[in-house]
Amino acid sequence: MYEKDGEKYFVMDSHIHFWDASPENWVKGQENYAKGWIECFHAYQSLGPPETHWTIEKFMKYSEEDFVKDVFEEGHVDIGVFESTYLKEWYTEGFNTTERNARMAEKHPGKLITNGRWDPRDGDAGLAQLEQDAATYGLKGVKLYTAEWKNGSRGWRLDSPEAEPFLEKCEELGITNIHVHKGPTIWPLDKDAFDPVDIDIAATSHPKLNFIVEHVGLPRIEDFCFMATQEPNVYAGLSVVVGGLMFARPRFFAKVMGELLFWVGEDKMLFGSDYGIWEPKWQVEGLVDWNYPDDTFSDFPAVTTASKKKILGLNAAKLYGVDVPEEYRLPDEAGTPAAREDAELVEGAA
Amino acid sequence: VTDRAHVLDALGTVHDPELDEPITSLRFVTSCDVSADGDVDVRLRLPTPQCAPNFAFLMAADARDAVRRLPEVREVTVVLEGHYTGDEINGAVGRGEAFAGAFPGETEGELDALRELFHRKALVARQSGICEPLLAAGATAEEVAALRVPDLPDDANARRCLELREHLGISTDAGAAAFVLPDGTPIAAADLTHWLRMARLVRTSLEANGGICRSLLRIRYDIPDPEEAAA
Repeated sequence: MYEKDGEKYFVMDSHIHFWDASPENWVKGQENYAKGWIECFHAYQSLGPPETHWTIEKFMKYSEEDFVKDVFEEGHVDIGVFESTYLKEWYTEGFNTTERNARMAEKHPGKLITNGRWDPRDGDAGLAQLEQDAATYGLKGVKLYTAEWKNGSRGWRLDSPEAEPFLEKCEELGITNIHVHKGPTIWPLDKDAFDPVDIDIAATSHPKLNFIVEHVGLPRIEDFCFMATQEPNVYAGLSVVVGGLMFARPRFFAKVMGELLFWVGEDKMLFGSDYGIWEPKWQVEGLVDWNYPDDTFSDFPAVTTASKKKILGLNAAKLYGVDVPEEYRLPDEAGTPAAREDAELVEGAA
Repeated sequence: VTDRAHVLDALGTVHDPELDEPITSLRFVTSCDVSADGDVDVRLRLPTPQCAPNFAFLMAADARDAVRRLPEVREVTVVLEGHYTGDEINGAVGRGEAFAGAFPGETEGELDALRELFHRKALVARQSGICEPLLAAGATAEEVAALRVPDLPDDANARRCLELREHLGISTDAGAAAFVLPDGTPIAAADLTHWLRMARLVRTSLEANGGICRSLLRIRYDIPDPEEAAA
């Protein structure tokens, strides 16, 4: 929890990792990709305040002590959600698998939620694995990375016929939170891999599932917003938005936040630090202190203490069925609802 | 023989299709050498090794085409460095092949539709950047909607709008509306506020992406970025 000026914030970090990208875990022959991936992540860390930067050695494999200190002791996080990411083409034991994350979660009861994963290219074996993982880990959510490579394939789509049985299985198993991260490669390569239209289609046909679009669809914030404003079950995952922009590009950050508050609304935005890319401490404290820099932003929705309480934890708590202690809750109907534009307008625009 | 300045000018006409900014101002051109015989060697770099292969290919291929159009240029070599599909892209660009040549079996078509999609986004974003100050200065929606192409300001933003309109097959005649939807339909006064709300979001998205790209490039190659502090 975090307390500032007499206000108490329940902090639920919807996007954290405990990865191993050390050279010992690189797949033979794929070292360039394994190294390139983690170096790219490390570059992102440089977008945060200088005093929070790590050496590449620490960044490749940070310790459990680091994790506990950065997330719980100093980072104000009450509950963290592990977004498992496999990337087994590049990392022998995976980048941060459900299994590795669950081991950590077991040591910190009630403080960590482990999300699973699936990949439609695994077919029936993947469905069986999902059932088993759901039983073993009590999954309430999954993290899907559509640009992951597999046996020569460079990615997949959420609206493909192969993905459908997995979405149905999620409904059946009560895995209601589908976190989706778009990446740079997907077949066919001549199409825009970041286009979130497949999420739109899946969200429409599965109204009981929640689709949390990680990094608000970056680099396609506009496509994401036009979709999220029309789909009640599409949410904005704020990781990278806060970590990558709040310190490095504060004016862009203000514009992006203003647009998200307008199109998506404070009830559907979830804080995520993307730890270990960025430590949650400065992000939580910065968000609580944040407001628009000047009156040129006056036609964006106001951001209030209630907005921040929702974004920092209450919205995610609702999705994951977390019982928030009374003192952190908001009275019903607090805050500013999204000023939604109508769908027809969006359809005609681009 | 063409000199280096001309080659750099030619490279300045090549835009990052996703950000709609010249690859020179984005500092994606690492080096540009012209030999005494007129052979040109251009090296390109991107903010991350994982930047999308389709956009990376377009920039490399466009750079080669732009330089080859110069008179008195002989061999043109364009090499994209530090990219995870660099070998595939450089091979195809060097052979003068299309995108499918770089990634056989991994594409359905060529990149024209992708390029057009981003031309549309860029036109929307840039028009919003021209429109907003007019309204802020007190122009009414009716007055803005009545503006014609010659009324556009004489600046880089407006010139790029006209280029984009030409790419998209939208008229730039003196009688044509100054502000149009990506299909060429003039924006009606009654729709202007709503249109601007959406257009501004498209612009913010492009700007935020551009900001992240610039920051990552600065970090990757350890180069100062004078604009960062101001953004």
